[in-house]
This record gives sequence, structure tokens and C-alpha cells, in this order.
Amino acid sequence: MSGMIPAVLISMAVNGSTQAHEVEPRTLLVQFLRDVWGLTGTKVGCDTSSCGACTVLVDSESVKSCTMLAAQADGASITTIEGLGDAGWHPVQNAFHTEHGLQCGFCTAGMVMAAVSFLAENPDPTERDVRLGLEGNLCRCTGYHNIVKAVLKAAESMKVTP
Amino acid sequence: MIPAAFDYVRADSIDAATTALAEYGEDAKLLAGGMSLLPLMKLRLAVPSVLIDVGRLTDLTYVKDAGDHLAIGALTRHRYLETSTVLAEQCGVLRAVAAEVGDNQVRHRGTLGGSVAHGDPASDLPAVLLALDATFVARSPNGERTIKSRDFFVGFLETALNPDEMLTEIRVPKVGHTGYAYEKFNRRAQDWAIVGALATVVDGATRVSLVNMGTTPLRATAVEKALAEGAAPSAAAEFAAESTDPSSDVTATAEYRKHLARVLVRRALERVAA
Ligand SMILES: Cc1cc2nc3c(=O)[nH]c(=O)nc-3n(C[C@H](O)[C@H](O)[C@H](O)COP(=O)(O)OP(=O)(O)OC[C@H]3O[C@@H](n4cnc5c(N)ncnc54)[C@H](O)[C@@H]3O)c2cc1C
Ligand code: FES
Ligand code: FES
Repeated sequence: MSGMIPAVLISMAVNGSTQAHEVEPRTLLVQFLRDVWGLTGTKVGCDTSSCGACTVLVDSESVKSCTMLAAQADGASITTIEGLGDAGWHPVQNAFHTEHGLQCGFCTAGMVMAAVSFLAENPDPTERDVRLGLEGNLCRCTGYHNIVKAVLKAAESMKVTP
Repeated sequence: MIPAAFDYVRADSIDAATTALAEYGEDAKLLAGGMSLLPLMKLRLAVPSVLIDVGRLTDLTYVKDAGDHLAIGALTRHRYLETSTVLAEQCGVLRAVAAEVGDNQVRHRGTLGGSVAHGDPASDLPAVLLALDATFVARSPNGERTIKSRDFFVGFLETALNPDEMLTEIRVPKVGHTGYAYEKFNRRAQDWAIVGALATVVDGATRVSLVNMGTTPLRATAVEKALAEGAAPSAAAEFAAESTDPSSDVTATAEYRKHLARVLVRRALERVAA
């Protein structure tokens, strides 16, 4: 049956470079990024919209890419973990490193992307703000403590060097 | 998990969307933010053969002061509501409860119209709209009609919208809101309410509505009546489970939900009274 469904032509900028592709309408954004663009930094954790491992930025806002069609992102500008730092690491990545905000690392790309979006909306958060701001991201290893410390540290460092 | 195959149609106007709905019939579904529909499609609990994407109808993103009511476009996202200055001044309860929906990622995509049209009794915002006596504007190829919130929610995932109708606007009467408290009980911060209770004071009277206590959002009329007759919050809250029919599922039994309703209504009433 799927053979009869016309493909859709979509074009989007991913990490600053634009490409057009024909995809099946049911292609999820995360599949498109991983399988077509080969950007495997974005993970699939739960595949049920719960864990946030698949978080990417769509026009600068965090989105769960397992719960968005690639076709919905047509014309958008996407940032994945691979495209985050301009030269070297983004301050949020640095803070996850220095505060040891990860153990196995499976949730990390999603956590970092969610944190970047959160800090853009909330540049001066309290600890509670950070915990609430990352409620859509689950981590099975760290107990969140160092993740929260990392996001608070990133907020500080981004205030100094905007 | 990948949804079953479907045809994808992008609507660039309300007319295009309703014409497509009429053309493709019951097998077609509108796609707004996708935060409720896509998870169901991935689990193959929903298998539409055509998706009509209305997500780009950005002219349906607004919160406007329209004289005697606030007019909110159906495609207005939760994030927009939770940061709206118009709502901050005129309808703080809707703004505050929008901030309780899901998580940031969900609020960046999910829309008020989608929350309403989905007809899920576990959704937060329909309970607010029911308490505020909101009106919903529906458009079909045959024209436009308005539906009162008390007539809109018909059953589990079932609303008064016809298959060829699109919800375009939500109208919230401008009444004197003087206080509100929303008690949402869940196990993980991002989740739907196991039970939710909203108390809001409108023109001096307290209205109470319930989330996830039946197949639709509900007004706790027995509680409202007791309060109007002068009962204290703790006494009125004892009536919270009256005329409710909550389900039993993995998160809670029906009995536990009834207990939660009484506790959460009491807490909400005590907070608005304070
Ligand atoms: C992880 C997660 C957590 C969540 N937590 C909560 C929560 O705590 N509380 C809560 O209330 N919700 C929660 N949600 C759901 C969220 O609120 C959705 O945004 C909302 O229920 C649906 O809005 P949408 O725009 O995404 O609609 P869609 O998923 O696009 O559509 C939902 C349904 O409504 C129909 N529809 C959409 N727009 C219209 C329209 N304008 N006219 C007619 N029909 C229309 C669609 O055809 C579909 O049947 C959660 C979702 C996720 C993924
Ligand atoms: S993989 Fe998308 S939310 Fe878990
Ligand atoms: S570091 Fe292992 S899941 Fe978060």
C-alpha cells in the first residue's frame, strides 16, 4: 500500500546546510535526521514522546523529533547536537563536561538541546526552574543532580560571554 | 515505531482544510501540533488514511481582546499562551494552566485547538474552558457555527465537531476572574493529570472543574452548589466525586481517583480562599 502513497518533497536547513529530499509522508523527523542526513547524535530512547532523547531545535525551539513528521519541518531550520558549537563546544556542552552531567551519555544530546532552548527562554533560572524546564527529558543514570548543576553553570557562563 | 502509511495534504487556508475534510471524509484527520495525534498513530491506535496539515495556518495564532470576550486562534500553541501578556492581564488562569501542560517540547508544538478537539478528559485546558463557559467556533464548507463548551465534550475522544468541521477559534467571556487554583496530581512532572481540580472565582462565585474524572472534563456541580449555600471548602470538597465516573487504569483505580478528587478540590478551594 505504501507504494501508492505519493512522496513529499521537503527542503530544510540542518545545521546550516540546506538539502531537498523526497520522503514518505510518515517519515519521522528523527528518522530523517539519522537515516537520510546520517546525523546519529540524536537518539531514539522511548519512541513514545516521553524521554526527550530525540530533542532537536526546530527554528530554535526544542522539539521531540520522534513526535514530528519530517514533512512538518519542511522549510524549517534544524539544529542537532552536531551543529551546536560554532567553533568547538557550546557553553552548555562545556558545562556538562566540567560538571560531569552524564554517565552513559544516551540522554545527553537531548538534554543539551533541551537545555539550550530552555536557557534561551529563561537565561537566569533558579534550580527549580531548571528541574521544571527539563521535565521532558529523562535520565536513567545520573539522578539529574549534575545535569542541573551543569545547566546552572552554563547559564552563568553564558551571561559572561553572551 | 512508524505510523501506517497515509496521504499528506498541506492546507494553506481554513477553506482548504475544511474542503479537504469534506472531500476525504471520516478517514481524514487534521494535524495541528501532532502532540496527541502522532503518538496515537505511531502506536497504530489511530490509522487515518489522509492527514491534513493545518500547522502552517499561522493566522490562527493569536490571543485578542474582542470586547466582551477574548478570542484565541485554534492554532495558538501552549508556549504562546503561557507567555501571553493579554492573558496575564485578562485571564491568568488559562495562562497558568497552559504552563502545566506536558513539558517544554510539547508546549512548543501543541495547540489549544488540538487540546480541545482531541476530547481527552485527561487534558488540562478543556477543564479551564469549561469553567469559564468558553465558546468554540467551528467552520465547515457549509459555514460557521458556535458551540458552547458545556455541549462540546461528548465522550472519550469525542466532541460535538462534525467530521467536516475545523475548530478555528476559542472565545472566553471576559468576566471578573478574581482568583484560581489548579491542583494537578501526577507521578512524572511531564505527564497528564491522574486527576486535576480547578477552582476559579468568577464574579464572586466559585466554579470547580475536574480533569480525568470521567469520559469528558466535568464541572463539579455538587461542590459549586454546596459552596453557594455557604459550605466551608473542606465540607464542599466532600462532594467532589459526586456524579463522576472515572476510569481505572495503570496509574490509578477509580476509587483512588475519587479520593484524589476530594483531596485536590479541597486543596484548590483552600488556596483560592486564602
Ligand atoms: C509527552 C506528552 C505529554 C503531554 N502532557 C499533557 C498534559 O499534561 N496535559 C495536557 O492537557 N496535554 C498533554 N499532552 C497533549 C498536548 O496538550 C497536545 O498538545 C494536545 O492534546 C493536542 O494538541 P495538538 O495541537 O498537538 O493536536 P494534534 O495532535 O495535532 O491533534 C489532536 C486531535 O485534534 C484534532 N484537531 C487538531 N486541531 C484541530 C482543529 N483546529 N479543528 C478540529 N480538529 C483538530 C486532530 O485531528 C486530532 O484528532 C501531552 C503530549 C505529550 C506528547
Ligand atoms: S525518543 Fe522521542 S521522546 Fe523518547
Ligand atoms: S547519562 Fe545515561 S541516561 Fe542519562
